[in-house]
Amino acid sequence: MKKLLLACLNILLATAVNAQIGYQVGDLASDFNLKNVDGKNVSLASYKNAKGYIVVFTCNTCPVSKAYETRVEALSKMYAVKGYPVVAINTNDPVASPGDTYEKMQERAKEKGFSFAYLLDPDHVYTKKYGAQRTPHVFVLQKTAKGNEVAYIGAIDNDQQEANAQRDNYVQNAVNQLLKGEKPALTSTKAIGCTIKWKKEVSK
Amino acid sequence: MQKCIVTILLILAGHSVNAQVKLLTLNELEQRAAKGKDTTYVVNFWATWCGPCVEELPYFERLNNENAKKPFKVILMSLDFKSKLKTDVIPFVAKHKIKSEVYVVNETDQQKFIDRVDKNWSGALPATLILNTDKKVRAFYEQAFTYSELLKAVETHK
Repeated sequence: MKKLLLACLNILLATAVNAQIGYQVGDLASDFNLKNVDGKNVSLASYKNAKGYIVVFTCNTCPVSKAYETRVEALSKMYAVKGYPVVAINTNDPVASPGDTYEKMQERAKEKGFSFAYLLDPDHVYTKKYGAQRTPHVFVLQKTAKGNEVAYIGAIDNDQQEANAQRDNYVQNAVNQLLKGEKPALTSTKAIGCTIKWKKEVSK
Repeated sequence: MQKCIVTILLILAGHSVNAQVKLLTLNELEQRAAKGKDTTYVVNFWATWCGPCVEELPYFERLNNENAKKPFKVILMSLDFKSKLKTDVIPFVAKHKIKSEVYVVNETDQQKFIDRVDKNWSGALPATLILNTDKKVRAFYEQAFTYSELLKAVETHK
């Protein structure tokens, strides 16, 4: 009996851990329907001609995210026309991080002239589901007959401070390979990023 | 003569403030630990913009102070951008009167850097590496610490 209990506990623990980790490369990613800075809701399915998506979990406040803003915009310009639109999702709770309110997101999108959707994720539902651990954190998805398959997870490139002209452009390489009908050679990378500002649990 | 001494003192004072924070590569950090006279090194990876890092910094400072007479050293490795050394990091260290050794990480390829610190590090901050050069211990923690948690982790590898 004790053994059985232990086994059950192990399974429970394993599922809890898995739930926390989020998607791995090869998993099918869930669609969402989230509010954009223009007031309209956006889902992956709303991009009718997409071959895939560059989903960027980011925010207004993280210095690393800010350092990548122009590079994310460049990705959007480069790949939206080729069928890989950028979809940005703000991971942060606006109470825990006052610089990440909907109004501040609208301001930032206008100021920087974002050509991509910048979405709210109330209660971190999709941040958790995808398993974004920091900002910025990119998930490249490929539209397949089975659904939107995760093809790449990680950093935009290996040069946060734009100090190296020979940088590896991880996301560009992954999308270029997908556009050629290949699988990305490098499917996951790491980078320093900001922790996600989670909603504080209300203790009663 | 007096003027001369004052000038020298001023230069020295200015120098010591500037010398508080230098750039450091991972190789240099490893050299620092291998050649240093201490045996236990607690290396904390942080940034001035990282809220949970700033919250736990006083615990690392306290740890360093309380072990000042032991072969023990706290090293604070900032992941702030190199370009922010003078504008962010040095003023932060001065404002918070940080006594531990502070460096700004001088690595361009984070992918390699993160894996070299520890294969299991996702890249999230804060993170802490405990080294014991006598026992050849290298323990890595991707988490924020309370003071008691930090003490416990250090005791385990002393």
